Amino acid sequence: MAFSMTPVWRWFHRWTSPPNFYRIARPWALGLMLVGGVALLVAWIWGLVFAPEDYLQGNSYRIIFVHVPSASASLAMYLSMAILAVISLVWKIKLADMVLRQCIPVGLTLTALALISGAIWGRPTWGVYWIWDARLTSMLVQLFLFIGMWAIHTAIEQQKLADKATAILVLVGFVNLPIIKWSVDWWNTMHQPATIRITGETTMVWEMLAPLLLSMAATYCVVAALVLYRTRWEILYRERKTRWVQDELGLRGQA
Amino acid sequence: MNPARRQRLILILIAVTLFTVSVILLLIANRHQVNLFYSPTDIVEGEAPYDRSFRAGGVVVHDSVWRDHETLAVTFTVSDTINEVTMSYVGILPDLFKEGQGVVATGHLDDSGVFRASEVLARHDENYMPPEVARALEEAHRRGRITDSQLDTIREN
Repeated sequence: MAFSMTPVWRWFHRWTSPPNFYRIARPWALGLMLVGGVALLVAWIWGLVFAPEDYLQGNSYRIIFVHVPSASASLAMYLSMAILAVISLVWKIKLADMVLRQCIPVGLTLTALALISGAIWGRPTWGVYWIWDARLTSMLVQLFLFIGMWAIHTAIEQQKLADKATAILVLVGFVNLPIIKWSVDWWNTMHQPATIRITGETTMVWEMLAPLLLSMAATYCVVAALVLYRTRWEILYRERKTRWVQDELGLRGQA
Repeated sequence: MNPARRQRLILILIAVTLFTVSVILLLIANRHQVNLFYSPTDIVEGEAPYDRSFRAGGVVVHDSVWRDHETLAVTFTVSDTINEVTMSYVGILPDLFKEGQGVVATGHLDDSGVFRASEVLARHDENYMPPEVARALEEAHRRGRITDSQLDTIREN
């Protein structure tokens, strides 16, 4: 009760106000896009040209520099969306809904990219493009969840209801996240277990691991920039009738 | 935090946690339906079906691959480090088929307990290294500086 009166809380409310976020998101988006873009280019040239080939897979393993960053970022995206959904449902902060809405197309793209690059790698490595194991199937479920969020948000005309329905779908689908992550440990699957481990040893030589880690960090930056850019457009669209947006776009006075 | 919000937060966290934990426990309890393949131990313990085809997988045992010189017939043994099952297959094996690497095969058990595979897929492990590193490991293994199990441990780490 007393918490809502604290300066921190007041600062947070001011910070998450759409006009303020619209302004501060611009330099962040630009900076992250530049840093991420350059780093991604470096990581891909490093990974595709300079990293050694694998003793068993030869050159086909190099698809890892697209596959792992997109898969990892899609999971991180879903986790962020679940946190935003809780914030939206509990504190009704408008900005959370706007960011959440624009995470959907980015998360969908990342998930699709992970599935497609995995299929292309699977054919020469396993012998099949697709197999219904726990990892692949749960990742496909995540793709359907993103499509479902997009559909539900587009189908409901009323903004508040659409935001609420989407947030609830995100939280119901949350169960899939640990299933994707640990499917390769809980069940036997075609997909191999994690190579990069936070606890325990990473089973990749440094010459391959360095460009992989760089490509992951770069992808995270680019993804964050994309979400920020898209959120700025979402803010303009949702606040289009307000005076500050009209001023921002130079629409007032002309009419 | 105001009481209404606190209540909503607690409710959401409890609901999400209960739902997530129960679905995961359900899937882990029904392990055999979710697993892609039966391990040699499953087969030896009689958990795998005898009357229909299924998938079986394991690591190809060193020096267990026998190729027929006239035909495309091949037999090999797969292991899960506890039990072993012999597989026979007629056809072209995937490029990544190798001793010490995993395979997942579709087929059925014949009366003598041999798994007759109709399709063999290579399963890649989580280890990545350049050919020189792999060769150095093989060389050390050949000279007897490291044993089979040490080689596997190095590969796993």
